Amino acid sequence: MWAFVKKEFLYIFRDYRTMIILFGMPLVQIMLFGFAITNDINNAHIAVLDNSKDVVTREITQKLLSSHYFILDRYLKSYQEIKPAFRRGEIKEVVVFQNDFAKKIKTEGKAHIQLILDASDPNTANILDAYTKGIINTYVFHNLLQGRKIPLHINVQNTMLYNQELKSVFMFVPGIITVILMLISAMMTSITIVREKELGTMEALLVSPVKPAIIIIGKVIPYVVLSFINLVIILLLSQFVFGMPIRGSAPLLLAESLLFLIMSLSLGILISTASKTQQQAMMLSMFVLMLPTILLSGFIFPIENMPLALRLLSDIMPGKWFIIIIKNIMLKGVGIAYFWKETLIILGMTIAFVVMSIKRFNIRLDE
Amino acid sequence: MSVTINIKNLVKSYKKVEALKDISLIIKPNELFGFIGPDGAGKTTLFRILTSLILPDSGLITVDQWDVIRDFKNIRKITGYMPGRFSLYMDLTVQENLEFYAKLFGTNIQENYDLIKDVYEQIAPFKNRRAGALSGGMKQKLALSCALIHKPRLLVLDEPTTGVDAVSRKEFWELLKKMQKKDITILVSTPYMDEAALCDRVALMQSGKLLSLDTPQQIINDFKGNLFAIRTEKMYTLLNSLTAFDAEMQVYRFGESLHLSTSLNPSEAKEKITRYLTEKGYREIYIEQVTPVIEDCFLALMNKTIVS
Repeated sequence: MWAFVKKEFLYIFRDYRTMIILFGMPLVQIMLFGFAITNDINNAHIAVLDNSKDVVTREITQKLLSSHYFILDRYLKSYQEIKPAFRRGEIKEVVVFQNDFAKKIKTEGKAHIQLILDASDPNTANILDAYTKGIINTYVFHNLLQGRKIPLHINVQNTMLYNQELKSVFMFVPGIITVILMLISAMMTSITIVREKELGTMEALLVSPVKPAIIIIGKVIPYVVLSFINLVIILLLSQFVFGMPIRGSAPLLLAESLLFLIMSLSLGILISTASKTQQQAMMLSMFVLMLPTILLSGFIFPIENMPLALRLLSDIMPGKWFIIIIKNIMLKGVGIAYFWKETLIILGMTIAFVVMSIKRFNIRLDE
Repeated sequence: MSVTINIKNLVKSYKKVEALKDISLIIKPNELFGFIGPDGAGKTTLFRILTSLILPDSGLITVDQWDVIRDFKNIRKITGYMPGRFSLYMDLTVQENLEFYAKLFGTNIQENYDLIKDVYEQIAPFKNRRAGALSGGMKQKLALSCALIHKPRLLVLDEPTTGVDAVSRKEFWELLKKMQKKDITILVSTPYMDEAALCDRVALMQSGKLLSLDTPQQIINDFKGNLFAIRTEKMYTLLNSLTAFDAEMQVYRFGESLHLSTSLNPSEAKEKITRYLTEKGYREIYIEQVTPVIEDCFLALMNKTIVS
């Protein structure tokens, strides 16, 4: 068996393309997701239409601008200017203060601010909306309510647990870990096994007295090791570059990842038994694994909002359960008592895949 | 030590083609046995069934006392197999390939070095070169070393000389002759008829059927009729003219000339053909009786099966 491991390692290291996929792809992906594709909003351009121009409106505007979220693009003079301003596409939000803002607060106890948002990108609009409201509420709470008694005022104070700043990296890293582990393990193993079939070396391996299980284990071990190294790199990167904490136990995280890795590898073997060419194996891994994992595992889109059929489908995505586990360990810092169910699910899938692929792996050639 | 192979009523069909149609033959211990036939004759299928890589539809193969389906584990231990495609790891060096195959069979290079010495010495100067960078002949020698490394009692070589230059082919066959002396039963398939003469016995195969099975010499002795090589200054239309001449005669291209076989006696045939060709306007007619080679026998047998 060690002969296999050695051969496979030599093979991986000599084939620079494999090396690039193995180590380049995770780095690029995490950098992309971490830096470029981010939901965090900094420096959004806004315009202000201040019909009142009094102390309070100026103070609120100041508050908005002193947060690092907004940059004042311009002051507008009338309602007519709002639409053209949006059309130019430079601003994402317009804040409108009504007439006699300060006075109305004093006399009537209430005044209106209108937020107009560019919702061509709904996510950004939602987030900007939330930021603005938050800042205004804080201002109101600190400056206007002091020493006053407003009847029946309920102050909602929220705390974003586990991710105070709502950083999207926190959301992406577990997803990326899942996708990368899945992809590398499943895709690479299925491709290398199919490659042996394509090149005809599988014929030579099969006529040898070596048991199929040994052939497979020998082929898979190098990828377990390499994927594990990859995992550690991703974790270090996310910790030191993006400030993603590991609040729970690191050994537990690694152990769970190892389990997930083995699951992906056995899935890869299963794919290899179903495909005849390397392209086929790659396509199968891409479409059967990568896309559903990205779309249906809760990596990007929340599962709770999906229609029932998709929710049921997401239940059979191993990635979904693994993302729950990683989030629990990394962000919440809880122990296995809180996710033993998810762990069991992945374990069950692993066993199922291993059994299926051993059954399907032919001791003879496919015809 | 070397094995006897007994093939009985072997049938194998793929989805659309019948690859093997009721093949029966016995291969004796320590024989260098050749399966000769064009692509699609069923040689590779036969070898794959023999090495337990695929299952036959019906029929029986035994290697010594072992059945190829039931006792495939025992057979795999004593068989050295060289598949038709290069079964080497192209990114590994010559040495690494050999080491890998040695370990695969639970042995090491030193243990059986004397067996592969003759082959390996020829490629040893390149032992640190990657297999992918070797020439076709070198690759085949390495593949042969890999197939021999565990001291097999049966060696199965599927078209080992296809795509290899003439010199390497000759060297390769010399190596096989040496291997045979080490008490190994050797099965070789090849599409090259000229290699048939180098085997102890050959089976001529065509579309899954056995056309003939004998020593190369006996197959040639069995050739019926007289064979002539014919050339004229105008070769292009010659085949058509001669085919139209007499249905009893068989005509086909053979190298630079045409071969014609007939049951007429030599002088009569020569005269008849020369007269016919002169009438047709051919000049510089060269016609001479030749002794048949395996290819002539194969083509004659093939025509016979098509006619009947």
